[in-house]
Amino acid sequence: MVVVRVLLGIVTLVAVSIVIFLATQALPGNAAYAVLGHSATPQRIHALEQQLHLNRSLPSQYGSWIGGVLHGNFGTSLANGESVSGLIGPRLENSAVLVVAAGIIGTLIAGILGLIAAARRDSWFDHVASVIALTITAMPEFVVAIALVIVFSVNVTHLLPAVSAIPPGTPPLDDISALILPTATLAIVIAPYIFRMMRGAMIEALESDYVEMAELKGISRRRMLLVHALPNSLPPVIQVIGLNLLYLAGGIVVVEYVFNYPGIGAALVDAVSDRDIPTIQFIVFVLAAFYVFVNIVTDVVSLMASPRRRARR
Amino acid sequence: MNTRHEWLVILRRAIRTRRGAIGLTLAGLVVLLAIVGPFVAPHSPTLTVTATFANPSSAYPLGSDVLGRDVLSRVLAGGWELLAMAAAATALGVSVGVMLGIAAAYFGRFTDGLIMRIVDVFLAFPQLVFALLLVSVAGPKIWLIIVAVGISHAPQVARVLRSVALDVCERDYVKAVELMDTPPLKVMVGEILPNLLSVVMVEIGLRFTYSILIIAGMSFLGFGIQPPTANWGTMINENRIGLVVNPWAVIAPTALIAILTIGLNTFTDAVARASLGVDRPLEEVAISAGVGVALEATA
Repeated sequence: MVVVRVLLGIVTLVAVSIVIFLATQALPGNAAYAVLGHSATPQRIHALEQQLHLNRSLPSQYGSWIGGVLHGNFGTSLANGESVSGLIGPRLENSAVLVVAAGIIGTLIAGILGLIAAARRDSWFDHVASVIALTITAMPEFVVAIALVIVFSVNVTHLLPAVSAIPPGTPPLDDISALILPTATLAIVIAPYIFRMMRGAMIEALESDYVEMAELKGISRRRMLLVHALPNSLPPVIQVIGLNLLYLAGGIVVVEYVFNYPGIGAALVDAVSDRDIPTIQFIVFVLAAFYVFVNIVTDVVSLMASPRRRARR
Repeated sequence: MNTRHEWLVILRRAIRTRRGAIGLTLAGLVVLLAIVGPFVAPHSPTLTVTATFANPSSAYPLGSDVLGRDVLSRVLAGGWELLAMAAAATALGVSVGVMLGIAAAYFGRFTDGLIMRIVDVFLAFPQLVFALLLVSVAGPKIWLIIVAVGISHAPQVARVLRSVALDVCERDYVKAVELMDTPPLKVMVGEILPNLLSVVMVEIGLRFTYSILIIAGMSFLGFGIQPPTANWGTMINENRIGLVVNPWAVIAPTALIAILTIGLNTFTDAVARASLGVDRPLEEVAISAGVGVALEATA
């Protein structure tokens, strides 16, 4: 089962690499002209064609790119001539810190709130929390980010920096204050889905026969919630957490840009502005690979976490 | 089967709920403002009329922006293009997704496998990243942004539609029509699709909301409608540096986008709830959509 999933994941990644290649290097017309503009000198056009092998056939161009990728060589940035992996590697770590922090904080807070809302169904807390969740759902990241900046850094209070410039070479955890707003933005954006799924799954579990049975046996409410209902509501919640990690992969682009956070999302925006093809290819490939990886892990974990499915084996 | 006008019944039922009425009102107000706005803007949205980041005054109720342009006029003029692009991207994405999803469920076997593998590949790209990838070399052209966002919706819609169409494809009357040698396209559009209209409606609502998020996000990042044309996403970004001096240049467009997406999402939620009573596996829809209208299991 796991082996099949991994093999399928590899096939998907190969297809993903072809899509990335076609979108950047196989456009009708000359990609070198598109990158450099029509005022570029013939020498520069020629140099770029050499670098990206644009004068060769498409399969051959793809072959040389993917061959490099397999050896960990993603080419050199068109913006400054350095190797893409050297430029982006440290930023990858910064982005990972952001995604993991937002994922953990958003999931924990939303999960606990969802649990309380389900346990006190139809109470005022449940209603207020549900309305807030519905309101935040589908709010763009930059709206949340700008609201936080207005409240916490520029207009209302000046507690936190509006810009999270982390000097190159220093780990992002050195300056927690720079991490707070970007992390909070992402955590707020993902929280509603986890809240609603947790609440829904818990309510369903609480209405099931085995919980009723446990209730009849006279178990304390806390024990019933945490020991009997919670484990059974986990599989759908794990799926949603997986989906939210995937959502974060896209969310970091805007959030890093807003806060000038030195991660791969902001790097992607810069690379698209500069039409820096090798860097774009690398970052998009990394994000897609993250998706495929998270999907496999989510499937396997939710399978393992499902008490009923475990019992069937 | 009286399914032809079922979607109207659901819409009417959704509007009558409190949630639906609030959502539709919020979104409707912003849409109205975006459509009427360009005609009632007091000043030119693209000409410098006063000092940079001037505070609100009687002549310029929301002050001025980074280039001394009237914020109110720019807010009024800067919405319709966003809405039009989002509508076009939604139409493209939902129609392609619905076709793919129903085709996968109806033909099954090889076709199903092929379509769903292709869907998996495109799902691996976060939507905004996919749009950025497509405009990266060709440049931010309006038609390209619409196509990029539309394509990025299609796999998600296809997955949802396939899961609900599988059930409809097994029903007796579909099998009966099939026995009469009806062409596949006619079966899919004439017999299967009418049973899925409530799901399609929810998808349209969700995808329209996401289209607005992504297209406004693209403009915010500088890859949307190009300056000097007024546009809410661009306005938020270009006026951020003046947040201390005249916050209204940022707050006004931010609030409009927020109200619009909150309204749309709330209304979509109401539609999804309203159609639950009409025997549709919408919980499954919501879960496989993964996001958006995550219905409470027993709501």
